[in-house]
Amino acid sequence: MANLKTTEKKTKAQSMGLHSEVLTGKTQQKFFNPDEAENFYYWGTYDVDFNKRIDLDVNDLDCKEANKKIDELMSQGYGTIVIKNPQGKHSLGVGVLNKLNLIFEGSLGYFGVGSIDGPTVRINGRVGWSCAENMMAGKVVIEKNAGSCFGAAVRGGDLICKGSVGARTGIDQKGGTIIVGGDAGAFTGFMMQRGRIIILGNVGINLGDSMYDGTIYVGGKIGSFGSDAIESPMTKSDIDWIKRKLKVAEIGENFDVSKMTKVVAGKKLWNYDALEPTEKKGAI
Amino acid sequence: MPKKKSKKSSKKTAKGQLGKKKETAREKMIGQTIGYRYDVNLLPDYSRITPFLKKYIEAMGWDDLNWLEDVHMGYEEDRPAVFDRNANGWVTIPKKIKLPNNQQDRDMIARELLVKFQMSPNHPLVDLKKAYRKF
Repeated sequence: MANLKTTEKKTKAQSMGLHSEVLTGKTQQKFFNPDEAENFYYWGTYDVDFNKRIDLDVNDLDCKEANKKIDELMSQGYGTIVIKNPQGKHSLGVGVLNKLNLIFEGSLGYFGVGSIDGPTVRINGRVGWSCAENMMAGKVVIEKNAGSCFGAAVRGGDLICKGSVGARTGIDQKGGTIIVGGDAGAFTGFMMQRGRIIILGNVGINLGDSMYDGTIYVGGKIGSFGSDAIESPMTKSDIDWIKRKLKVAEIGENFDVSKMTKVVAGKKLWNYDALEPTEKKGAI
Repeated sequence: MPKKKSKKSSKKTAKGQLGKKKETAREKMIGQTIGYRYDVNLLPDYSRITPFLKKYIEAMGWDDLNWLEDVHMGYEEDRPAVFDRNANGWVTIPKKIKLPNNQQDRDMIARELLVKFQMSPNHPLVDLKKAYRKF
């Protein structure tokens, strides 16, 4: 059995000090430097030009090769990449942490454009399960329908489907905005924690089931409310904001936003106050 | 005299917090502030957007604040702070920055500072990226 105390060889993480920190239970405070230079891009990302455009035919490439090719093109400064013949391949366009105009001329399979942080994506077709899963920032527009788990665990950005979506849309959503022009399936907003969902059409059963926080706006009929999801009155700021978002999404121009139903968490299943650990009470 | 001590510490907590201090019964009982006690569902007022944020939106090719709509000024350990999701921790606002009295303006400042922090070569993730990036 290995003796961890006598092991001399340090891992890379240990040599960087990641394993030697003293955990006192207090935050290791980090401060902003207000004099930081103006910079809009992450360290290590590519400087691309939106006017530099190229077509990429992925007919004979598998998803790994296609994604590597997209990265290569960005490193050459291409800011607009048009993907031809995606043919429903899975996991295309994932992990793009750059500003970029990415256009798919066709449909995507499962887990398309997941974990992106920044790009503007347009998909001129349909998408399979879990499109834009874990998206951090950017804008994704799908011209047709989407499968189940649309925008699962989205953390930020705008995710727009002009058609209808399947079940569990926005499951575990932690931020950002999901906009659906058509109908949505059962368990929409299941366990959502933050962010906003706008559905212009009808929604299936158990809307917002077990949601912790966040807001769901529905334009059509609601199959049924999920556990702890309740209706809340629409405010002027809700109406103004939805109108603005629909303009960004290029849908619902003549839609009467004021008649939408606003759904929020009832906060009866959970309550941060009530969940404060009793140990803290004992500590004082 | 344990009773006097606990009174003093709760007064200190009240002094350093954002906006008007309204302790909940629960906070009084545990003697600590509960994080996230600002409105996380507050929608941004675009008339209060800062010039820096306008430039950022333009540079990224977006139409609005995008992911920054979910960024709000909170506080941690009695100091105003913003949560950096990339570093998974709170980043504290320096004392010399004076904060306005309403949440909309405070949130805009939080957004601006967070962008500057995340895009800085001094961000904690830069070292990790250098060490571990695969491609």
